[in-house]
Amino acid sequence: MSTVSYAASDAATMLRRNLKHVLRYPSIPLFVAGTPIIFLLLFVYVLGGTLGSGLGGGRDDYLAYIVPGVLMLTLTGGATGTAISVSTDMTEGIVARFRTMAISRGAVLTGHVLGSLIQTMAAMLLVAAVAVLIGFRPTGSPAGWLGALGVLTLIAFSVTWLSVAMGINAKSVETASNQPMIFLLLPFLGSGFVPTESMPDALRWFADVQPFTPFIEAVRGLLMGTPVEAGTMLAALAWCAVFSVGGYVWALWLYNRKSVRA
Amino acid sequence: MASTTPAAVSVAGLRKAYGSKEVLNGVDLAVPAGTVFALLGPNGAGKTTIVHILSTLIRADGGEVAVGGFDVGRQADEVRGKIGLTGQFSAVDGLLTGEENLALMGRLRHLQPAELKRRTAELLETFDLVAAAKQPLATYSGGMRRRLDLAMTLIGDPEIIFLDEPTTGLDPRSRRAMWEIIQGLVARGLTIFLTTQYLDEADQLADTIAVLDQGRIVAQGTPAELKRLVPGGHIRLTFGDLAALERAAVVLDPSNRDDDALTLDVAGDDGVRSLKDVLDRLERAAVDVADLSVHTPNLDDVFLALTSQKENAR
Repeated sequence: MSTVSYAASDAATMLRRNLKHVLRYPSIPLFVAGTPIIFLLLFVYVLGGTLGSGLGGGRDDYLAYIVPGVLMLTLTGGATGTAISVSTDMTEGIVARFRTMAISRGAVLTGHVLGSLIQTMAAMLLVAAVAVLIGFRPTGSPAGWLGALGVLTLIAFSVTWLSVAMGINAKSVETASNQPMIFLLLPFLGSGFVPTESMPDALRWFADVQPFTPFIEAVRGLLMGTPVEAGTMLAALAWCAVFSVGGYVWALWLYNRKSVRA
Repeated sequence: MASTTPAAVSVAGLRKAYGSKEVLNGVDLAVPAGTVFALLGPNGAGKTTIVHILSTLIRADGGEVAVGGFDVGRQADEVRGKIGLTGQFSAVDGLLTGEENLALMGRLRHLQPAELKRRTAELLETFDLVAAAKQPLATYSGGMRRRLDLAMTLIGDPEIIFLDEPTTGLDPRSRRAMWEIIQGLVARGLTIFLTTQYLDEADQLADTIAVLDQGRIVAQGTPAELKRLVPGGHIRLTFGDLAALERAAVVLDPSNRDDDALTLDVAGDDGVRSLKDVLDRLERAAVDVADLSVHTPNLDDVFLALTSQKENAR
């Protein structure tokens, strides 16, 4: 076998290992999907009436508005789960063992990323299903939905690479979930739950430049069939590239230094 | 030592520092293929650092380090193909079963499915883990985890095995079982590099022992050679009263005298002959002995002597 096929088979072996963990101990995926569902129900049924009229509509309009933001919250849960499982791995001797074996570089991390990506996407579909169940109707075309799925996958992929790095960077499993918390705040400090126009100037400035606003706007446009500005789409894709490359480089750099507890 | 066998591990002038703290300060050692080498040293001497450098986990700051004929820095992947490491921290996946752990390692070694199945079954059998094969590791005892750990190291058929404190924390029975396993590996021609703080372990298993203290090898040789480094054995005589001790001291040539404990130490390098000589002299002088014991030097004496010399020099 060539080096490339070894690399693929090593990554597949690692993916298989991570999926086995998930199936055997499903508490993380349940948490990943459960938290956004609770947020969704809270926002729609507790706050939705008032916030919906603020948008010039009703509860159903608010539901339609927040679905992209809630999907971003699923990413947060996924990122937290990823960071925790990576950090757990790093504190066990098994990663040191992997490093003394002739395994292709990065297979351990790639396995984590693919495993987490599958988990996050599954959770997202579940959250979307609940949204549809309580009355969400994406008014865009099937091609648009597919586009939204594609963009969401890219975002999840890039955020997962970042959270892998955060997981390695964490000093202990207990603190591994701290850094991904930033992803929980960002949809709120963007256009996830209210339009940025309603915010004070400084906050609005931040909301408009931070990555989650273009993420949310791109997904919203594709789902609802409303126009997405080229600049917004470009910004979303650019942020994905920055997160992916940055996360990958950071993670590999940390991995090559930190997997020995001497 | 047979100098014709190729060295499985050769280290010359190895240095490693963490910041300003020198951990290894010019280590030289050589392990001939097919032998057992024990690296002995107190906590913090740098044993694990050496193992981590030899197994490509960390880089040396200086010196020549070759494992299996390859340079650990420039040819790390070639080295990785020849070695196996069972470290101080159990390197198993706690969320998988024993069988799945072995299969995971086999797949990473790119074994074909049939071969993987055969090797997994064989190792479970050898390491007495058949009954627990499908159990999650949470149910394993410390000894079982350690055996699985070693089995995982062996699935790739490494030529050189690094065992970093393989029996630390095991009960006496598990330790003995581990020794037997290690002796079995040697019989198959593997080279073993082990670190330990237990002198009896080194004595039991190793062909060559090196004593590491504060980042330097302070002694190296066979267990017998090392024991010869410290002052030889002695016979300790205990007397009923000071008068008896006084009379005995006149006829013997004690190397040490303790009036409070009423004991005399007499050098006794040549075993039974010197013992008989001591007893003959005491009988002629009509001195009664309350108690007698014979002390032969062991590796503990070597260890304490070698490390205390350092202590005094500081």
